[in-house]
Amino acid sequence: MSVTAFLTDSTLCIGCKACEVACKEWNGIAGDGLEWSGFSYDNTGAVGHSTWRHVKFVENPPQPGFGGNAPEFPSWSFSSDVCKHCENAGCLEGCPTGALVRTEFGGVFLQPDICNGCGYCVVTCPFGVVQRNPADGRAFKCTFCYDRQKAGQIPACAKACPTESIQFGEISELRSRARERVAELHGRGMNDAAIYDPLDTSVGGTHAFVILRGDPRSYNLPPRPEAPMVHLKKSWTSSAVAAAFLLGGTLLAFLADGERGQR
Amino acid sequence: MSPETFRGPGGGRIPDALSEQRLLEIRREAELRQEVKAAGIRPPGAPFPKASPETGYYGIPLLKEPQWSYEIPLYFFVGGVAGAAAVMGAIADYTGADRKLVRDARWIAAAGAVLSPALLVADLGRPERFLAMMRVFKLRSPMSVGAWTMMGFSGAAAATALAGFLRERYGPSLPVRVMENAGQALSLGFGLPFSNYTGVLIGATAIPVWNENAGNLPIHFAASGVGAAASLLELAGHQKNRALNALALGAALFECWEGWRIEGRQMPGLDPLKHGSSGWMIRAGGVLSGPLPLLLRGLSAASKGERSQRLRRWAGVSALAGSLITRIAWLQAGHASARDWRVPLEVRPGS
Repeated sequence: MSVTAFLTDSTLCIGCKACEVACKEWNGIAGDGLEWSGFSYDNTGAVGHSTWRHVKFVENPPQPGFGGNAPEFPSWSFSSDVCKHCENAGCLEGCPTGALVRTEFGGVFLQPDICNGCGYCVVTCPFGVVQRNPADGRAFKCTFCYDRQKAGQIPACAKACPTESIQFGEISELRSRARERVAELHGRGMNDAAIYDPLDTSVGGTHAFVILRGDPRSYNLPPRPEAPMVHLKKSWTSSAVAAAFLLGGTLLAFLADGERGQR
Repeated sequence: MSPETFRGPGGGRIPDALSEQRLLEIRREAELRQEVKAAGIRPPGAPFPKASPETGYYGIPLLKEPQWSYEIPLYFFVGGVAGAAAVMGAIADYTGADRKLVRDARWIAAAGAVLSPALLVADLGRPERFLAMMRVFKLRSPMSVGAWTMMGFSGAAAATALAGFLRERYGPSLPVRVMENAGQALSLGFGLPFSNYTGVLIGATAIPVWNENAGNLPIHFAASGVGAAASLLELAGHQKNRALNALALGAALFECWEGWRIEGRQMPGLDPLKHGSSGWMIRAGGVLSGPLPLLLRGLSAASKGERSQRLRRWAGVSALAGSLITRIAWLQAGHASARDWRVPLEVRPGS
């Protein structure tokens, strides 16, 4: 079975949100209201327990040629966000029930029949993806359409995307396709185009990389995400030191105390 | 426009001299300048934030806030006290200290052994699935290691207290003695990590204010638990025990240093420890756990008789309250930290 990935090419995204709709429909996710955010055309805000695909609307200062707008209007960048399916996934390592597993396709899958809603994946995800559904009690996130992949189909979002901004395929092939695309964009003068795939961090790369123009921070993507497991050694060392102090201190305190009871 | 201005016919406003004068002003301004500048003609919230490297994505937090309810800080507190009490009970027994102290320490540990799983299970989104935690053991998951430690501790501490009770009630017998000794050894073994692993639990996460303190939180939580457990034992009638006083003093000294360290470190990720409501809670917890009990114990040592006892009891109350507030404060700091989008996006104020 080949290891698969998403390549989200933001330069092709038109912000139609077909991926959000397709994701919700295929996975049967309940609606979460039609609220206006009041700050942009992005009324969804972020990926969460009821939003597994989320289109970001990044408003940029007027810049001729960026997004094809007239010079006096702000230009737009859209980018469809999703669970990154990290190579070193904090949620997966932290999960105490084994509900979160690595599938044969390389994605991180949350088995809803095992999750007991402890909420630890929520605080161990460096991308703020996993969230507990307060009504249901369990945590939810993108399944990488594990069911569809099992049936030989591509994920719902990729299938519904009208501009092929969301591409799906074998990971190494997609990586080289992303590099080719960035080279092509650079050739067209879009020198700020780059791949967001934190390979050189403790996250160790993702299974959902993005082609972006400009600073990833405008897209709410951390420049240097950190897998929470890097803090394990330090904190367990501290725990061992604390235990040694507790044991030694208590022994010392009781031995030094002359008061003896009768057994 | 505030709702109380809708008072006229059909829910509208009643025109008055002021409103008519304002309309004429608008007319005059439009005539003179061909445009009118006023708050009312701008949509609420304008000027709108932009997404940029300096402002992030409209200030929407990158990280998700912890979704634990009040049971979790309470569990941190109860677990810290119970673990430390079990260690004190076992060591007191091994060193041949006062029997009543051993018994009381065991009962505190046993009460914590019952409360801890109850609190942890109650916080689960699906409490009936608690046992799903027992289907795997994951050394790399502090939540998994912690759940197993808690189960081991709960069983051992409850068995120790029960065996002690059976021995006192019906006299010693071999099975009861085996249960008591094995239970005590195990509750010592499990109690040591159980009193501080919650520091690892929140330290090894993606929440900046927690993981920045990963190397210190377990020791901090252990000291907090020791101070609280020693204080609780003193309040249970052992206010003359010098070993407990020494332990409580040591914990208070460490908490003084911890508070000084927290105040001294300057990093954007540590703001929730110093500013806002979480910052004030951290301070309140710190003062109640460190300097205040230290002072009261010092005064207690310098005075005699009933006054000395009373001061020591107040030191105990202060340390107990401080320990509880400290746990709540650290969780609140985690919430504030997750909301601060600037830290994971590495946006410095003013940059």
